[in-house]
Amino acid sequence: MITSFLGVLFDGLAYGMLLFLISVGLAVTLGLMNFINLAHGAFAMLGGYVCVLALQRWDLPFLVVLPLAFVISALAGLLLERVLYRHLYRRSHLDQVLATIGLTFMAIAAASYFFGPMQQPLQVPRFLSGQVTVLGVDLNIYRGFLLALGVALTVALTLALEHTRFGASVRAAVDRPRVAEALGIRVGLVFQITFAVGCGLAGLGGALGVQVLGLDPGFPLKFIVYFLLVVAVGGSSGLKGPLYAALLLGVFDVAGKYYVPQIGAFIIYAMMIILLVLRPQGLISRK
Amino acid sequence: MIPKTPPQTAVGRLPVAEIVFWLVLAAGFWLWPSYLPLASQVLIAGLFALSLDLVLGYAGIVSLGHAAYFGVGAYAAGVLSRQGWGEPFSGLLLAALCAGVTGFITSFLVVRGKDLTRLMVTTGIGLLLFELANRLTDITGGNDGLIGMQMKPVLGAFSFDMYGKVAYGYSLAVTFVLFLLMRRVVNSPFGLSLRGIRDNPGRMLALGYPVHRRLIAMYTLASVYAGIAGALLAQTTQFVGTDVLSFSRSAELMVMLIVGGTGMLYGGLVGAAVFLVAHEYLSDINPTYWEFWLGAFLIAIVMFGRDGVLGACLRLARAWRRRIAKPAAAP
Repeated sequence: MITSFLGVLFDGLAYGMLLFLISVGLAVTLGLMNFINLAHGAFAMLGGYVCVLALQRWDLPFLVVLPLAFVISALAGLLLERVLYRHLYRRSHLDQVLATIGLTFMAIAAASYFFGPMQQPLQVPRFLSGQVTVLGVDLNIYRGFLLALGVALTVALTLALEHTRFGASVRAAVDRPRVAEALGIRVGLVFQITFAVGCGLAGLGGALGVQVLGLDPGFPLKFIVYFLLVVAVGGSSGLKGPLYAALLLGVFDVAGKYYVPQIGAFIIYAMMIILLVLRPQGLISRK
Repeated sequence: MIPKTPPQTAVGRLPVAEIVFWLVLAAGFWLWPSYLPLASQVLIAGLFALSLDLVLGYAGIVSLGHAAYFGVGAYAAGVLSRQGWGEPFSGLLLAALCAGVTGFITSFLVVRGKDLTRLMVTTGIGLLLFELANRLTDITGGNDGLIGMQMKPVLGAFSFDMYGKVAYGYSLAVTFVLFLLMRRVVNSPFGLSLRGIRDNPGRMLALGYPVHRRLIAMYTLASVYAGIAGALLAQTTQFVGTDVLSFSRSAELMVMLIVGGTGMLYGGLVGAAVFLVAHEYLSDINPTYWEFWLGAFLIAIVMFGRDGVLGACLRLARAWRRRIAKPAAAP
C-alpha cells in the first residue's frame, strides 16, 4: 500500500516536472507578459519530432538530441516572435486566442503532412531504461532522470532570473516596460530572447516527453489545457507558482488514473475549475 | 477589440435586406435541393453561432467551452426520443430546459474573473462534460454514440425524409423564430446594458447596473440557444456522438463566428455558411490542407482587421488611393 503510494507519488512528480518544463515558457508569456499563447504546445511538439527524427533517422546520441531539440524550438520561437507574436502583444485577448489557435491548426496540419497521423514510437536509450528498487519501491530510471533534470533546470532558471543582469532586465521589462526602456533596457529584445528561451524549453520538454505523453499531430491541442492550467492555477509570481501547480497537477493526474481509473481525467478538470473559482489570480499572485 | 455595434433602428420590423435574406433561405428547397442536408447543418451551426454571439459578441465573454450546452441539449433530445417519446418540439423544450439549467448553474463560475480565467473555466466545463459523456455509457452510449433514436413527424404531419426536406424546413423555422427573439433581446434595454458591460464593466457597475446578474441572464439565455441547436442536430441526424461536446466543436464554433463577424446579428449565420461550405469543398481535396488553410485564414483575420473581409478591402482601397494622391510623402 505504502510502496504503491510512493511509486505513484514518484511518477506523479516526474510527470509534473515534465509539465513544468514545457509550461515554464508559457509562464513567462502568459503569466508575466499577459499574452495568451495557445500555440505553446506546438513548440513542444516540434521538439518531440526533432527528437524522434534525430534519434531514429540520424542515429544521434540522446544527450546530443536534447540540446538540439532546445535549439531548434528556440529558433522557431525567435522567428515566429518576429513575424507574428510581437504584433499581438498589445492586442485584445480574443485576438491572441484566435491567432494562436490558427497557428496551432497550421502546426497540426504540417505535422500530419510530414510525419503522418500516427503515434511516433521511441526507444529510450539503454542507460536510461529499466527500473531500480529503492527501499522496496520500483522506480523507473527514465522518470528519475526527468525529475533530476527538472530540478537542475529549475535551479538554473531561478538563479538566472534572480541573480543575473539579464534576469533583472527581464523582471524590469515585465514590471514597468516604459521605465525599463527609459533606463536603456531594450525591452523588445529582452522579450524576444525570453520568448525564444521559453519555446526552447517547451521543445526540450516535448523531446523528453515523447516517452511519457506520446507524440502525434494532435499533441498541441491535447495538452494545451494542461499547460494553460499550470500557468493559470500557478499564478503570475515568477517560477514558484507554476512549479507547485505542475507538481500538484502531475501527482493528482497520475494518482487519479491509478486509483480511480473510471473517473480518470475528470478529477483534473474539476480541480482546475474549483481552484480557478476560489483563486482567480492563481495560487501565488503578485499583488 | 470587438467591433462596435452600429445603431439599429426599426426595432421589431425587418428591413428589406433582412427579409430577402430569409426569403432566400426559405427558397432553399428549390435553389439547392440536392444540398439540403448540408444546408440544415449550416442552419444548426448558425443557430449555435448565434448563441456564442450572445455570449462573446454582446456580453464580451471569451468562451472555448460552448459545446458543453450544445451537447447537453443534444443528449437531452436524444435520450428523450430513445425513451419512446419522439415528438420533436417537446424534445426541443426539454433540451432548452436542460441546457438552460446547466448554463445557469455554470454561469456563476464563468462570470467571475477576467478573460484568461473565463477562458479556462469555460474550457474546463466543456472538457468535464465531455469526460462525463464518455464515462456515463449507460445513458450516452459512450464512444459508440446514441443510436436508435425514433422521431415522430413534425406537427404530426411531416415525417423526416431521406432527402432532408423536412429536416431543413424544421431547422429553418426554429432558427428563424429564435433569431427574431434574439434580435428583439439585443436591441432591448437589456441588450444595450450588456453591450455597455462588454465595453466598460466598471462604469456600468458605477451607473448602478447589476453587472453579474445581467451576465448570468445572458449566459443562461445563450445556453438555451445552444441546447436547442444541439437538439436540432440530434433530431435531424437521429444520432448523438460524444463529438457534440468536443473541444474542437467549441473552437470551430468560435472560428465560424469570427469569420462572420461578432456582434452583428447575422455574423453567426453567415460565418457558419462560409465555414461549412468551404469545409465541404476543401476537405474533399485533402483534410490536412483544410486545417492548414483554416489556421492561416484565422491569423490573417486577426492581422488584417477583425471587421471582416469587406472592411479589410475598404481599408486597402483607401490606403491605395492616398498613396496615389501623395506619391512624394512616402519615406
